Amino acid sequence: MSVTAITPDYQKHIEFRDLEKNFHGNRLVYVHWEEHLSFCSAIAFPLPGAMPFSAFVDEVIKPHYAAHPDAGNIDWAKVVWMIDGVKTMPDMSKSLEENGMRHKSLVRFWTPGLNGFKGSAS
Amino acid sequence: MTAKKLGLKQRYAHMTRGLDWETTYQPMDKVFPYDTFEGIKIRDWSQWEDPFRLTMDAYWKFQAEKERKLYAVLDAFAQNNGQTNLSDGRYVNVVKLFLTGISPEEYQAHRGFAFAGRHLRGVGPRVAAQMQSLDELRHVQTQIHTISHYNKYFDGIGEFPHMHDRVWYLSVPKSFFDDARTAGPFEYMIAIGFAFEYLLTNLLFVPFMSGAAYNGDMSTVTFGFSAQSDESRHMTLGIEVIKFLLEQHPDNLPIVQKWVDKWFWRGHRMLGLVAMMMDYMLPKKVMSWKEAWDIYFTEAGGSLFQDLARYGLKVPKYADVATAEAEHISHQNWAVFYQYTHAAAFHTWMPDKEHLDWLSEKYPNTFDKYYRPRWEMWAQMEKDGKRFYNMALPQLCNTCQIPMAYTEPGDPTTIAFRESRFNGDTYHFCSDGCKDIFDGEPEKFAQSWLPVHQIFQGACGGPTVPDVLNWYRLNNGADNLDYVGSPDEKLWNQWMAGAVKAAG
Repeated sequence: MSVTAITPDYQKHIEFRDLEKNFHGNRLVYVHWEEHLSFCSAIAFPLPGAMPFSAFVDEVIKPHYAAHPDAGNIDWAKVVWMIDGVKTMPDMSKSLEENGMRHKSLVRFWTPGLNGFKGSAS
Repeated sequence: MTAKKLGLKQRYAHMTRGLDWETTYQPMDKVFPYDTFEGIKIRDWSQWEDPFRLTMDAYWKFQAEKERKLYAVLDAFAQNNGQTNLSDGRYVNVVKLFLTGISPEEYQAHRGFAFAGRHLRGVGPRVAAQMQSLDELRHVQTQIHTISHYNKYFDGIGEFPHMHDRVWYLSVPKSFFDDARTAGPFEYMIAIGFAFEYLLTNLLFVPFMSGAAYNGDMSTVTFGFSAQSDESRHMTLGIEVIKFLLEQHPDNLPIVQKWVDKWFWRGHRMLGLVAMMMDYMLPKKVMSWKEAWDIYFTEAGGSLFQDLARYGLKVPKYADVATAEAEHISHQNWAVFYQYTHAAAFHTWMPDKEHLDWLSEKYPNTFDKYYRPRWEMWAQMEKDGKRFYNMALPQLCNTCQIPMAYTEPGDPTTIAFRESRFNGDTYHFCSDGCKDIFDGEPEKFAQSWLPVHQIFQGACGGPTVPDVLNWYRLNNGADNLDYVGSPDEKLWNQWMAGAVKAAG
């Protein structure tokens, strides 16, 4: 045990607050549009692991980034994806789970040619 | 024959005589169970020097005198409608941030020092910690009294204790103090006494108090003066504790260094709120955050660590990263609140051209390149009737609990993502500093109460934004959103129009 505690059985009392089972059948997914820092950080969603990746794109990603002037110009076929640090081409017809996404996975994506307002990554 | 008067030192010795008696009915280790488990070794508690030698009777007398003066000023401020002499109605949002984000931590500090004062077995630190505990209690009370006047007129103030335990960004200071208070008494003393009250305190109080003075808030200025003599005692306690621990045993050095590294970084993250206040929220600016950082951390902190080098203590890890971040954090933080303004209990606004020019001048290396375009884009969107909001919830850092908005060292265009695995789960961090803190105590930080995750778990009143605001007791449409169009602004404009009319 790393933590210095006065309680010898500290480990037995740990309350893991964000276990997958606490999210009512969903898992946490974070997504971030690179070079568009108008969105100040990655955004978080509780989603079912069985959700198709295409639905994740159409129903979650697209509407939440729609406010940005670049959003309408995204060529989704050319988007570069990274899941948990690995560049990858997700299979749109398969589920989040089948695309290797676990609880608290981070999805980052780049939109070639689009890098924010006047190229400022904003 | 009249009795001879005792000198200060004699009197102090007399008044504190025997406070450190050895218990006989119970072993000392059972009476003081908390001051050994952290691994700190103390050879001789009597080596603790208390330079103030303040006795309790003198303490009461001194503090009562200050209170009388403070409340006289507060009364005068209220009777003269001092709130109408502020630089601008926007300024009140600084006061709101202080009351919701800082004052409850004064109370936490009161509790923490009461604990340290009870559980350190040396009489010197016990007396000093108990007095600081009383100071902190007095501070929270006088702050509430000072700011209660603004509560008569402005929104976002009345539910501050309730909000402290619930609102997403207030979990940042809350979790900071929760972390310190659930540590042992020595770590607490290094965390709050040294890192916070000594190393970083000028970056907290000088900006708020000078900001108040520059912007016509005489009540807050007076509170600041009233607290100042306490602060010098607190700073002395902070420096005394670190020197004492380092002098007592060489084995204490690595433990103390780890705490200094941790609490410097935690303090730096929390002070990002002050950075944003200085650069964006003060209608009349005092200095930029970068200037304040250079003076109060780089210069003052630099000479402090030169002084402490003789004990083997090093400059906190990532101090260089924090210094580089002084170019960025105020802009990145105000951007967070600008886009989540619907969920904040104070108002935000778009900086106007004069303000943007000031920022360009103060941040010549970064502002025009990275941040000015962002404000100009959002200003254009406002003009087009499409004011920019972020309608999703942000990913939070598992340590500092701030939205993961900070960028890679050396690359302000890319968010810094860090993660660790513990017990089969992933944990995300905004920086190497926050990741290191987690890796040092994963059992503790796996229990973080992260507001965004709690909302998803159904623990915060419901799934929609209005549900959560209701649970926060945040009055939607009054406490939150932009200053322009708010009831605060309407009231302020009425006062100003009235003043013009009265002046004829």
